Amino acid sequence: MSAGKDIPALAVTGLSHAFGKREVLKSVTFQIKPGERVALLGLNGAGKTTLFSLITHLYNHRSGVIRIFGWEIKDRPAEALSRMGVVFQQPTLDLELSIAQNLAYHAALHGLEREAAQERAVREIERVGLGDRLHDKVRHLSGGQRRRVEIARALLPGPRLLLLDEPTAGLDIASRQFLLDHVAKLCREEGMAALWATHLIDEVDPDGRVVILHRGRILAQGPVAEVIRQTGAADLRAAFDALTQMPKAEEDA
Amino acid sequence: MKAVQYGRCLTGIVRREALRFLHQRGRFVSALVRPLVWLIIFAAGFRFVLGVSIIAPYETYVPYEVYIAPGLIAMIQLFQGMQSSLSMVYDREMGSMRVLMVSPLPRWFLLVSKLLAGVIVSVLQAYVFLGIAWFWEIEPPVLGYFTVLPALILSGMMLGALGLLLSSAIRQLENFAGVMNFVIFPMFFASSALYPLWRIQESSLWLYTICRLNPFTHAVELIRFALYGQLEPVSAAVVLGSLVVFMALAIYGYDPARGLTARKAGAE
Repeated sequence: MSAGKDIPALAVTGLSHAFGKREVLKSVTFQIKPGERVALLGLNGAGKTTLFSLITHLYNHRSGVIRIFGWEIKDRPAEALSRMGVVFQQPTLDLELSIAQNLAYHAALHGLEREAAQERAVREIERVGLGDRLHDKVRHLSGGQRRRVEIARALLPGPRLLLLDEPTAGLDIASRQFLLDHVAKLCREEGMAALWATHLIDEVDPDGRVVILHRGRILAQGPVAEVIRQTGAADLRAAFDALTQMPKAEEDA
Repeated sequence: MKAVQYGRCLTGIVRREALRFLHQRGRFVSALVRPLVWLIIFAAGFRFVLGVSIIAPYETYVPYEVYIAPGLIAMIQLFQGMQSSLSMVYDREMGSMRVLMVSPLPRWFLLVSKLLAGVIVSVLQAYVFLGIAWFWEIEPPVLGYFTVLPALILSGMMLGALGLLLSSAIRQLENFAGVMNFVIFPMFFASSALYPLWRIQESSLWLYTICRLNPFTHAVELIRFALYGQLEPVSAAVVLGSLVVFMALAIYGYDPARGLTARKAGAE
């Protein structure tokens, strides 16, 4: 891979998008460096899912630039997509198939060689603690276990950027913590870059970076402590409330 | 992306479709019961109501069951094509369509692979049906079982491509009931599946014209002639032409730059 040290894993610049006349993203700009875990914090309807759809090239954006390790998604989708792993908001596993079959399918979609893919699958599934369930049908797994399979699956092709769209929706506390720790570890130990979309403030790492998205605009971004300091609030929740309740005029400025 | 990666991707998509099909036994059974009900009950009832004269490719008078068998095979493929379109719509809502689309391989290739996977399943269903139908004295020449294969692949692809096209255009899952009403039933009944077109011509010329223009009629006739070792060139051309048009439109529909996915997402 050509990822030089200073090339951001994800660079979104001046990104705007509209459905018909309804603007859902307005000049969104942020970056994620390799090894960084960035929380994308926003309420439902803030534009998080649209942002994910654009980054994963479900459809093209209207204006701005999205680069994954330097590759613009619109012009070079193959290079960009081969460097990212995605965990979608909706469950996306085939319930009737086993974990192994689900993973094999995903590996094939990415053109991975079968045996190498099997080895990787075993390794990734062991890392999420489901090594003994490899041949169980997904239907027999709990919600938390399914999510872990989805993370293992996203990591199969060896991406350097991991995108997670509200990955903890509907999970219990233990499963949630497991996912948070697992992704944090990937970033810390393997230099993975991760974008973690959430509407839950307690999922934001207090020592990490946050991007606050509200009604399609970025209201604040940077290290969490910095964002809190800028708003003069006591904690991130207060900062978030203060930012999102700003009068409209100020918001447009 | 190298050719070998395309190959792996295609194999993976076909394997998944086959596994899903094997695991959904209910789907397999219902896919077979539907045409068998027509063959065993409907055909028995209409056997003496509808007289069939000698028409190509048949060399003698044939019982009604024999006449409708190719139409029922095409019906299997029509349902399979629409069902995979249903699963595409359903998949997209459930998100597994999105898993398909984050593959770094080109989207047209992913859609063609999906189409081929569905065709393999529909060809298998058609052969199982032919096997059972043999006991109801649907006994085409042995050679016919081989010559029908290319026809089944072509018609299966055409109907699958139609399904893909619809899936790119249908907004919501609920609309599959609409697909039944507005696509499956009209296509099936306004075709040569249940009655020879000359009979329709006798009763209504405009209906006859519609039937002649219906690509499903040509799928049926392609299969009918192939089952007796013959090629119907007009039907082959119409089926092939429809396949190209439907597939091109489906790929257009799923294209990230121009497609309908963006507009649909906006309507959510």
